[in-house]
Amino acid sequence: MNAILVALAIVPLAATILTWWTPRRASQVITILSGIMVFGLSLSLVPTTGAGRFLAAGPVLRADSLSVVFLIPTTFLYGATAIFTAGYLHPPEGEAGRRYTRRFFAGINAFCWAMVVAPLANGLALLWVAIEVTTVISALLVAIDDTDGATEAAWKYVLVASLGLGIALLGTIVLYYAGTRVFGASYDLSYGKLVAGAPRFPKDVVRLADILAVLGYGTKMGLVPVHTWLPDAHSEAPTPISALLSGALLATSFYGILRFFQISVRAIGPSFPRNVLLTFGLASLLLAALYLLSQRDLKRLLAYSSVEHMGILAIGMSFAAPLAIVGVLLHVIAHGFAKGTAFFGAGAVVRKFGTKDLRRIRDGTQVLPWSGPMLVLAVLALSAMPPFGLFRSEFLIVAGGLSDPPDAVAAVLVVLVTLAFFGLSWFTTGTMVVAPRSSHALAVERGEPSRFIVVAMVLGLTGLVVLGIHVPGQLSGLLHRAASELEVAR
Amino acid sequence: MVHPAPSTFTGAADVISVLVLLSEFAMLRAPLLRSQIRLYAFQSLVVTALAIVVAASQHIGELYVLAALSFLLKVVIVPAIVLRFLSRAEVDLAGSSAFGVATMTLIAIAVSVFGFFSIGALHLRSTALPSTALAVSVAVVLVAFVLIVLRSDVVSQAVGFFSLENGVSVASLVVASGLPLIVDVAFLFDLLVAVVVFGVLMRVHHGRTKTLSTEPLDQLKG
Repeated sequence: MNAILVALAIVPLAATILTWWTPRRASQVITILSGIMVFGLSLSLVPTTGAGRFLAAGPVLRADSLSVVFLIPTTFLYGATAIFTAGYLHPPEGEAGRRYTRRFFAGINAFCWAMVVAPLANGLALLWVAIEVTTVISALLVAIDDTDGATEAAWKYVLVASLGLGIALLGTIVLYYAGTRVFGASYDLSYGKLVAGAPRFPKDVVRLADILAVLGYGTKMGLVPVHTWLPDAHSEAPTPISALLSGALLATSFYGILRFFQISVRAIGPSFPRNVLLTFGLASLLLAALYLLSQRDLKRLLAYSSVEHMGILAIGMSFAAPLAIVGVLLHVIAHGFAKGTAFFGAGAVVRKFGTKDLRRIRDGTQVLPWSGPMLVLAVLALSAMPPFGLFRSEFLIVAGGLSDPPDAVAAVLVVLVTLAFFGLSWFTTGTMVVAPRSSHALAVERGEPSRFIVVAMVLGLTGLVVLGIHVPGQLSGLLHRAASELEVAR
Repeated sequence: MVHPAPSTFTGAADVISVLVLLSEFAMLRAPLLRSQIRLYAFQSLVVTALAIVVAASQHIGELYVLAALSFLLKVVIVPAIVLRFLSRAEVDLAGSSAFGVATMTLIAIAVSVFGFFSIGALHLRSTALPSTALAVSVAVVLVAFVLIVLRSDVVSQAVGFFSLENGVSVASLVVASGLPLIVDVAFLFDLLVAVVVFGVLMRVHHGRTKTLSTEPLDQLKG
């Protein structure tokens, strides 16, 4: 019985219950403390799991190196978003405001609880349940602002994501059926068992399960062509929720895909699961790069950048070199930090200018003396510029693709990422650096909406610089260990 | 090649899964939202019957518990929630669909044939496994997709999702009957939560637009 795992599962749940009852200031403090505590607990798992051990608490919770890789960005964003929310939230006065605040904080804690539990769930069935719980809670949070846009986005999101998860459930059941050939009619879907028995699973059945799982969880991860809900939900949700959806929830869904990948490569060899991911990844990267060139909405721009990065992750998994997989896992962490920070900056811009329309935002770095430049840095980080973490991770992915054996896809990857960089930086420099020239631009006073927003962004950028300049030794060990979990023994 | 006669279990499972598929087709063409929900309740009842058949023929006591829970949730609670919502919203005709009933039915037949043969192509040969039932359940899932895509009102779309879950339940009963009870219960609990959230969002949508049609939901593009 590992106490840390139990604490990880209980602390956010306790915060959910508490914040339903406490007044706003107390809720803020509780959420921030819960986030920081959970982040600390996740980091404390790095040395043991990085050394190849796995931890368990009862039959339900289990953590290995792969789980911890996904816990890190989720729990970091939990804490950082809690801090950001303290500066971002402006509920209306009176009873309506109290109700809004209560729903918001309880919702955000419950959402993070489900995202923390998902990578800790021992087995594909519980993983599916946790991911479905994230969907329903986050759909309510997307709708919380009660505008036309939010209602539409929430309906599309809950419908499309639930259908996707229905497919993922079918995939889980098909894989269960594959396992009955080895384990008999009744067994639990725990990872240790599935990974050990996978080489004896019937191959056709595993192929079907793998496709269904990638299609199903891919819907929640935002892979093209099943990404259609993503730009709407990410742009219409309140900004703290956008940050969590983009930085943490997409990664959680990718984790579901990787668990199927881990089992499939052992059952049917690596080429089929790799090709499935490659197909979805290329489509995502191509479409996102094109959409990034024609965006008019700041938060949609960031949402399509998420589709782009999910495409990069899927393509990275299709490369044969272990180096590329290490890059993919680092990319998961770095993308969480960078996308969170970028959305925090977008939140400051939206608060200041009162619009998400890129044509009406000008001179952001002057108007927002701290969060403006930091938003530009976050966008540069998302474009894989040094010295940020995504530079290192994309470098590893491309280097992996070009070696052992060289893969032409790596060249395509570089071209499309460049195209995406162009779109992302064109609009950001246009809004943040260029001075106003038309009367469309709003006249706004110089100054930050809140210090909390600045603090949250500083934390995100610090993390990105650390990941970019020198990945701490134990974290690096964790990444290599997790990458080896995803490979077939050579 | 001579096929052996199917066992009683296989025969029963096949008949029941075909009933599930037929009720899915009936939902597709039902003009009244109320009748659509009653069809969903009927479909869930049939799925519950399948659970009892599997429990009896394979001697899995746990599945009786699952059948009871599934009856309570899918035959009683979910239809009751949606019907209550409908009587409050005072709307009963389903939203106009993109195609006529005949075209929708033809499309649904085409996708279910596709589903049926794509599972057939996997050659899942097993003495214990009614592979026809599995193929039919995949067809149910695909027809549920057709229902959701072609019907343009929030109730039909939600019911489409719930019936998709029935299709997955059929698959899980025939190929994964040994799934631990706790997992099945977790799936059902999850469905309950999803129903509540769908209900909340349907109410929000109706409150804002005074209609159940999805036509106002076309503002977000690009």
